[in-house]
Amino acid sequence: MTAPGRGGAGLTPPTARPHRPGRAVPPRRRRITGRAVALSLAAAVLAVLAVAAIAPGLLATHDPLLTDVRGALKPPSSAHWFGTDQSGRDVYSRVVHGAGRSIGIGLLATGLALVVGLIAGSASAVAPRPVDAAAMRVVDVLLAFPEFLVALLVVAVLGPGPANVAVAVTIAAVPVYIRLARAQTRALAAAEHVEAARIIGIPRPLVHLRHVLPGVLGAVSVLATIGIGTSILAAAGLSFLGLGPTEPTPEWGLMLSAGRNLLLQAPWVALFPGLAITATVVSVSVVGRVLRARAEERGA
Amino acid sequence: MSDVRPPAAAERPDGGIRVSGLRIDGQSGPLVRGVDLEVRPGECVAIVGESGAGKSLTARALLGLTPRGLSTRADVLDIDGVDARDLGEPGWRRLRGARIALVSQDALVSLDPLRRVGAEVAEPVRIHEPSVRGTALRERVRATLTRVALPEPEVRARQYPHELSGGLRQRALIASALAAHPAVLVADEPTTALDATVQARVLDLLRRIADEGVAVVFISHDLAAVSRVADRVVVMHDGRVIETGDTAAVLAAPRDPQTRALVAAVSHEPLDRTARSGPPLLAASGLSKSFGERVAVDDVSLALHRGRTLAVVGESGSGKTTLARMVVGVTSPDAGTLRFDDAPWDAARAAGAARRRVQLVQQNPWGALDPRWTVGRTLAEAFASAGVPRAGRRARVAGLLDEVGLDAGFAGRRPAQLSGGQRQRVAIARALAVAPDLLVLDEPVSALDASVRARILDRLRRLQADRDLAMLFVTHDLDVVAQIADDVLVMQDGRVVESGAVRCVFTEPRHPFTQELLAAAGIAAHPGGTVEDPRDTAAHPGDTA
Amino acid sequence: MPRPRGSARRLLARLGGIAASVVLVLCGAATLAFIAFRIIPGDPVEVMLGPQAQVSDAVKAGIRSDLGLDRPLLEQYGAFLGQLVRGDLGESYQLRLPVVEVIGRQLGSTLQLTGAALAVALVLALASVLLGRGRTARTVLAGIELVVLSSPVFWTGLVLLSVFSFQLGWFPVSGARDPAAIVLPAVTLALPVAALLAQVLRDGVEAAEREPFLTTVRARGATPLRESVHHTLRHASVGGLTLAAYLVGSLLGGAVLVETVFARPGIGRVTLAAISDRDLPVITGVILFSALVFVVVNTVVDLVVPVLDPRLRRAPSAIGRRAAVPA
Repeated sequence: MTAPGRGGAGLTPPTARPHRPGRAVPPRRRRITGRAVALSLAAAVLAVLAVAAIAPGLLATHDPLLTDVRGALKPPSSAHWFGTDQSGRDVYSRVVHGAGRSIGIGLLATGLALVVGLIAGSASAVAPRPVDAAAMRVVDVLLAFPEFLVALLVVAVLGPGPANVAVAVTIAAVPVYIRLARAQTRALAAAEHVEAARIIGIPRPLVHLRHVLPGVLGAVSVLATIGIGTSILAAAGLSFLGLGPTEPTPEWGLMLSAGRNLLLQAPWVALFPGLAITATVVSVSVVGRVLRARAEERGA
Repeated sequence: MSDVRPPAAAERPDGGIRVSGLRIDGQSGPLVRGVDLEVRPGECVAIVGESGAGKSLTARALLGLTPRGLSTRADVLDIDGVDARDLGEPGWRRLRGARIALVSQDALVSLDPLRRVGAEVAEPVRIHEPSVRGTALRERVRATLTRVALPEPEVRARQYPHELSGGLRQRALIASALAAHPAVLVADEPTTALDATVQARVLDLLRRIADEGVAVVFISHDLAAVSRVADRVVVMHDGRVIETGDTAAVLAAPRDPQTRALVAAVSHEPLDRTARSGPPLLAASGLSKSFGERVAVDDVSLALHRGRTLAVVGESGSGKTTLARMVVGVTSPDAGTLRFDDAPWDAARAAGAARRRVQLVQQNPWGALDPRWTVGRTLAEAFASAGVPRAGRRARVAGLLDEVGLDAGFAGRRPAQLSGGQRQRVAIARALAVAPDLLVLDEPVSALDASVRARILDRLRRLQADRDLAMLFVTHDLDVVAQIADDVLVMQDGRVVESGAVRCVFTEPRHPFTQELLAAAGIAAHPGGTVEDPRDTAAHPGDTA
Repeated sequence: MPRPRGSARRLLARLGGIAASVVLVLCGAATLAFIAFRIIPGDPVEVMLGPQAQVSDAVKAGIRSDLGLDRPLLEQYGAFLGQLVRGDLGESYQLRLPVVEVIGRQLGSTLQLTGAALAVALVLALASVLLGRGRTARTVLAGIELVVLSSPVFWTGLVLLSVFSFQLGWFPVSGARDPAAIVLPAVTLALPVAALLAQVLRDGVEAAEREPFLTTVRARGATPLRESVHHTLRHASVGGLTLAAYLVGSLLGGAVLVETVFARPGIGRVTLAAISDRDLPVITGVILFSALVFVVVNTVVDLVVPVLDPRLRRAPSAIGRRAAVPA
């Protein structure tokens, strides 16, 4: 077998990458339409909920606190779309007024946790190793537990009450963002394009600001949209256990707790608040996942 | 003792594989058109072509593994005597592994990393010959591993793929394909992920397997590998077969212009530029660097002049990337000195204006650009660093894109929308934006097709001439060295084993490692100072590379 | 292969490391609880007695010294740790019983529930991953799992209770004695865990199916069943296993809610009573119990994962390792 001359035989390809030189990626049309439908539905639900949260008066049909003992435990009808509860209050209006509390706590807890997590996580990523290692140990312990359990334990220490529930849910949400912010900061700080920016002569702090921070923010924001749902669930759970707001506040978890005793006679009292929680969390999760998928496709 | 060798070729007259009129259609049109292929038992036929030519798709079609959504048709599809044209999935499953088998690239990811080597090799037997169990199965595994010349087969069978070296892993992968004695073996780029010296040995194994009576279909882009192993070659381009014939004949005297371009793209004459006198722009002496216990670079010295290119070649782990990073100033050497423009040079001194004078084009085009930024913004940032006022940046960006051969419209695109070659050009453009004196390039063209590679190297040579750049070019590909470099440094295990002008080193390699590399690359050395060009002389059947 | 002497030493070192981690985490949790209770505003004795209590200061002082709350902080901490080492978690303020006994009595019921729920969750998750293979099936299942994960577990419990107990009468409403009474609570508790596990496993299987080694497996003529059982599930289960601590935590937290919904005895009842009564020793006990569970589960995971994934066998185990956040 003769050699034809110089062949292009390599010594070593740089990585184990298969020989498939990249081609420009065209967008895939089919998947996007399915995703767009889900996104529109979710956005519509969230829009309605936003109105309910900000201006419940626009959507509610009755006063949520108005009692009517004779009209108690009526099934859903044209007068009372979701029926009435044990004190004769209109369940639908109470659900509408409860939106503000649940969504509010979800946004508040997530927002605060995001800020705290971002600062703590980025700081830990650039801190000296023993500090970073110790901090991450603590975070890992907290992270092993689902948010609800951590929130429950925090309320156990602080005591019941709506303010304490808010604090507990916030504290429970923080570790995830610390972990993610730190991981992203470390990954990006070591990324090739960040090193490239330093090599062309951009000063270190500017490189961090322009190339690392936006990436971290992007990743954390995507997680935050999904995290809002988790916080809402945790807060509702604590209220269900009676550790949050007390009667007669219209709050979804609290309404479920009251509905529990009426399950035989009036299942609608528990059904609709729970449905509202589910719909909210599903919509928020869908939006979060679509954002995440889009970010991944962009290659960020 | 179970029978290891398959029946001799003469006993299986309709063994092997016959394909006629193979056609694979995708959503946007035909991807493979009218492919004819015939491989008899004992033959090895290679399918060559650039990426996108349809080689891998054809290979997959032979096993019925074309991706969903593509339709496959053929006038004749005969696999070891079985008509496979209208087989459903269960029918294909009976063929796969038992009559026709596949060997893919890179055993590290092609073998299940969570299973032992022995289990992987045993799997085809378990699927197709379930009666073989226990001791008989172990014996079959041992015998198959011996067939692929894997030393200590009993020990290896109990190991996991990541515990074996690259060459042994690939042999294990080949063994797992041969365990059920298929008549046809399809090897899709089986040696591309291996070091050149290891590659040669695995190729010899494939040749031996063909000689034992298996019909081997060898798919590759690497013409030197093909020449080592294949009897006949089928050249594909854009989904069609454009040329076929005996390997030596086709590669020595290609008739089709595409084939000629393919052969020319990987056979280059070394450069012949005038040497530069005067003090070197960069001088390194006794550089050493270790990472913990591992010695990456050991006592390396080099010199670079303006307008000249020094290539650094070596296998994986030779220390070439670490050396490049020390030259750029991002890694500090443990020992030795670096002088740039007659002043000491290290990571601390590489700051401010001095930082811009030495630039780096990194290995991986996919990671080198910020995925969130447009090309224009990335290049504008580089110009900002060079002190270009905001008003003038746009024009400069357009000019630079033109210089690297990209249309001005690319400024608005993001990296995800670019091909590998385009990204690499942008990376080169960014490095040039700050007007460096020395450009260090770490494997910049390895992940690219040969023709794209040639264009980029051509442009680099022109840029070098225009700007009087000094270049340090790290590569593993000796043909790239011939295209771009004046001098070469050969590294092995962190040390320089040979250095000098490319022409001299290629014609008179002194160190055995250099000789091995040149041999594996299919470069015939001739004492007397000239390198043989296949187009000048006729092929000599008795020569070995 | 390592020499026997070396591997024995390494094993001992590893066990020592694990023991050290266990002690550290428990001490850390205990210290955190101790500090937390001491810094929250309000006198614990007053909180305990409630705002309505008409008790003289002298009696309060007496209770305070009884409980040792008037001694210097460091002395209290020392006493606290000393008690812990002996396995004594103190005495419940309200029930005047050792905390260990208070928790221990109810533990069995909760363990029954979480055990049954875990089994159901595993079966459901595996069924979802193995049986839902086509593209439409996967999309539908993913949608169902999203809804299940978004529903509050106490609501699904109420719905199931309403439909299957009240309306259809298939299961008894409550009663810890009746074995059938565990079905609905266990299923309720299992659903979100099953959904999460199915998601993670399915993502793992899909990721494994995109890997090149699966082409090799298919090229050997393997059936899809063989692909899953012998190859992809193993890869996916590594991902699922690293979530084990999170899943167990989910079960514990969910148990509190489910026990409330179905009026079952268990840790949930104990915890809730302790929270509303501000019974600090019991709450500390529950916190320590959670920490213990966390440590045990993580240790088991750290020991099992290298068995599944041989590539990780050299790497030292880190008790803090955790897979990507599930969402």
